[in-house]
Amino acid sequence: MAIKTMNVQEVAKRVVNKEELFILDVRNEDAYADWKIEGDNFDYLNVPYFDLIDGIEPIQNKVPTDRDIAVVCAKGGSSEFVGEQLVEAGFNNVYSLEGGMKAWSEHLEPVKIADLNGGGELFQFVRLGKGCLSYMVISDGEAATIDAVRMADVFINFAKEKGATITHAFDTHLHADHISGGREIAEKTGATYWLPPKDATEVQFDFKPLEDGEDVQIGSSKISVQALYSPGHTIGSTSFIVDDQYLMSGDILFVDSIGRPDLAGLADDWVGDLRETLYKRYKELSNELFVLPAHFMTNIELNDDGSVGEKLGKLYEENHGLNVGDEKEFRSMVTENLPPQPNSYQEIRETNMGKISPETEEKREMEIGPNRCAVK
Amino acid sequence: MNITKTLDAKGLACPMPIVKTKKAIEGIESGQILEVVATDAGAKSDLTAWCKSSGHELVNINDDQGVFTFYIKKG
Repeated sequence: MAIKTMNVQEVAKRVVNKEELFILDVRNEDAYADWKIEGDNFDYLNVPYFDLIDGIEPIQNKVPTDRDIAVVCAKGGSSEFVGEQLVEAGFNNVYSLEGGMKAWSEHLEPVKIADLNGGGELFQFVRLGKGCLSYMVISDGEAATIDAVRMADVFINFAKEKGATITHAFDTHLHADHISGGREIAEKTGATYWLPPKDATEVQFDFKPLEDGEDVQIGSSKISVQALYSPGHTIGSTSFIVDDQYLMSGDILFVDSIGRPDLAGLADDWVGDLRETLYKRYKELSNELFVLPAHFMTNIELNDDGSVGEKLGKLYEENHGLNVGDEKEFRSMVTENLPPQPNSYQEIRETNMGKISPETEEKREMEIGPNRCAVK
Repeated sequence: MNITKTLDAKGLACPMPIVKTKKAIEGIESGQILEVVATDAGAKSDLTAWCKSSGHELVNINDDQGVFTFYIKKG
């Protein structure tokens, strides 16, 4: 009997709705320890597929019969192999995750954040597998992306379905944890690709420099995307205020953590900038602004509808990283005991600068693993 | 290095490189070397982990532009 498959949309739905799922992860132990599918009500068992080639006896009594089981591997081949053996052994609640962790890493879930002035709309694209968040502002047949991730066609097609053309692609900074889709979107649609010039000194392609105070109108209904220089995660990091209500904070401020200043190798230099952005520049803004970051770290940060965001005022009350009064303590918090750096982050930065041009398959490999852009 | 047997696993995706390696290694004696040629990027970490868990020694890996050659000494 052939094994049934489960797609990443179904797994995403279960994560957001906090439903149950038993994950049998058959990747090797290092890969599993580094990164897995996170769900509040998921249970896990990790046994590498190569320990199950002769049969599933080692796990026969560890796999439940009363719940759905998703067998997960890197690309979907080994999960099918193990899943088929489970089916043969009489388990009828077994599914193989189609495309494995690669598909999980690439899945984007669009969530509507708000209606904007004059019929405009704001969407957040949640990349559950990697914790990346991208945005699209749509207004009057025009669209702008902010921090679009590598899967450029998802954004281009989404805009098309909404009857809009992407005219601007913004990146808040030069990303180190994932490959930006901004450049590809610009090449395919003719949109303008904006990058903060201080992050782009080594960039090998044409872009429009994004300066502090720049105000770009999207559509004739005049939804403004205002740039606010906010260094600290990188020296060029720039935030956006959309429609006077939404603050895209990039990798500077997250819901439950703050940005780390070390991914371009200059933690000690940039910690002062980070402090000034979080404790001064952002503090001068309205507490009513709704903060929309470029990442989340854990599912605790997901709202009930699967989106991620919170009012700036609430973050000043509750986010630990905004409440470290002592400067020295802050400095040591963001420069010492940092989590490991994202996988392949140097190659990812070089790709985003256009210095290297890996094939799609190589890009996928580079992006394996969680984002790790924050300190808590 | 004296290679006893060579397995061509080029173009095969997980789990086949390891399934075939496991079968091939059954046909050689302890201490002899099996050479495995694979193109699946995942084979590198998986074969390394498999050797560790199954008691074989991964003597060397060559990476020639995406073609990986593994030398495994049977345990």
